Amino acid sequence: MSLAERVLDGDIRAAARLMRDIDDRFKSAVEELKTLYPHTGNAYIIGITGPPGAGKSTLVDQIVAAYRKRDLLVGVVAIDPTSPFSGGAILGDRIRMNRHADDAGVFIRSLATRGALGGLSRSTMDVANVMDAMGMDVIVIETVGVGQDEVDIVSTAHTTVVVMVPGLGDDIQAIKAGILEIGDVFVVNKADRDGAERTARELTTMLEMKHPDDDGWFPRVMKTEGSRGVGIEELVEEFDAHRTYLKESGALQRLIEERNAKVFADTLRDELFDSVMSAISANGTYQEILTGLRDRSTDPYSAVQKVMAGSAFT
Amino acid sequence: MAERRVRVLVGKPGLDGHDRGAKIIARAFRDAGFEVIYTGLHQTPEQIVSAAIQEDVDCVALSILSGAHNTLLPAVKEILVEKGAADIVLMAGGVIPEDDIPGLKKAGIAEVFTPGTSTETIVGWVRDNITPHA
Ligand code: B12
Ligand SMILES: Nc1nc2c(ncn2[C@@H]2O[C@H](COP(=O)(O)OP(=O)(O)OP(=O)(O)O)[C@@H](O)[C@H]2O)c(=O)[nH]1
Ligand SMILES: [Mg+2]
Repeated sequence: MSLAERVLDGDIRAAARLMRDIDDRFKSAVEELKTLYPHTGNAYIIGITGPPGAGKSTLVDQIVAAYRKRDLLVGVVAIDPTSPFSGGAILGDRIRMNRHADDAGVFIRSLATRGALGGLSRSTMDVANVMDAMGMDVIVIETVGVGQDEVDIVSTAHTTVVVMVPGLGDDIQAIKAGILEIGDVFVVNKADRDGAERTARELTTMLEMKHPDDDGWFPRVMKTEGSRGVGIEELVEEFDAHRTYLKESGALQRLIEERNAKVFADTLRDELFDSVMSAISANGTYQEILTGLRDRSTDPYSAVQKVMAGSAFT
Repeated sequence: MAERRVRVLVGKPGLDGHDRGAKIIARAFRDAGFEVIYTGLHQTPEQIVSAAIQEDVDCVALSILSGAHNTLLPAVKEILVEKGAADIVLMAGGVIPEDDIPGLKKAGIAEVFTPGTSTETIVGWVRDNITPHA
């Protein structure tokens, strides 16, 4: 049996190995993903982003528990940064969620960014697809949270959750404008701390300025206490509300279409680059171009045009 | 192009709260270019094995300073075998008397490192003995 067939058969080790093949960019993984593709598109994907230490993993743990109470199967993809110095990584999100490790209804996978900059790893979407094909009802993705431009999560998740903490004070003005645009739900976690109410109010005000009563979705600000599980039921109900909105408003269809287009474009870009690059490397053109650039007998623009003129597309 | 990155689970089974050694090992592994899944304190053998399988690690590296190594380490090994994951190498370190080490090796623990061992020695052992899954 192929890995993909074993995944569909419920084989956990096969799923874990396929995720590794995807992460390590094995060519064989593409074939397996083709087999799985018809079995995907069923899971509801929630993205959790926010600054380091805001309590993202703690919330993921509680959200998993809440969905398990509803008897749903839950997958988690947790991303932490790769060290630029060694290429290694310490993936520590699991510390907060490992009580679910031996629950057969939960599958948790930690991934390293491996140089990707948008808050996810390159492999995240495909790893989530494997979980989808495994039959997970809900998939929760925790982004890296180092204050990068965590925008990739928006095109990956159905519902994007931005987690903040009290005491941002005046800093809240300095929050990158982008963060207000990406959230479908905002969470002020660590509500046990001073200033939670104020932070929530300020956030709400800023959101009201951003979204002057349009008829679409207005992101609410929820307060939680991840470490004690306070406010989680309400949070999960808000996810339900957003999901219903997506379905009923037609926004879900738009989201899916945008994502399909993006996945296709990304894949095409990668494939074209890889195939052109390996072709010109193999026939010596690449070395010639580098030599030409060195003695300035050619320029990068002409060199690319020449390569493109030799391809089947122009 | 496609190249395997070594993945290692570092964790602490049982009620043992000494985590300095485990953290030092996790950092040394990261600096050696490995991907370390750090599961933290108070893990049951079942949780450790399930996490190791979901994360597709090549090696489980456990730190024990509590004295419970003779029960916890063989328990982890047994569950690995039971779950069809005997190919995942099990190694350990911490306050473990020399006299106990032969018994642990017999139970399938590949290597045991005691206090004072340099992290270079430990990283070197992993490089020499762990081949990432094909
Ligand atoms: C610091 C310390 C503490 C700190 C721990 C802080 C922390 N967050 O880690 C505190 C004060 C909290 C503490 C508490 C206790 N401690 Co204490 N503690 C120590 C002490 C002095 C040093 C441990 C240490 O951090 N060493 C530094 C690290 C870097 O070394 P290491 O962990 O040994 O790691 C090295 C190797 O062993 C190996 N290694 C370790 N783990 C791993 C894992 C892998 C995979 C690999 C490859 C290698 C490896 O590599 C490292 C580098 O060489 C030891 C005595 C000693 N000299 O070991 C006692 C000791 C471990 N503690 C002991 C005891 C009894 C306790 C207490 C129960 C009560 C008490 N009497 O104080 C409590 C229990 C706490 C709990 N909840 O479990 C005993 C354990 C007895 C036993 N095993 O039979 C010891 C041995 C002291 C003794 N001689 O009695 N302790
Ligand atoms: N006081 C308080 N502490 C909390 C709460 N939720 C989480 N924490 C603590 O905040 C710390 C960080 O929590 P994590 O869940 O690891 O945060 P994170 O956002 O996942 O962190 P990174 O993944 O490192 O970016 C931990 O010590 C948690 O116990 C809360 O509601 N109140
Ligand atoms: Mg985290």
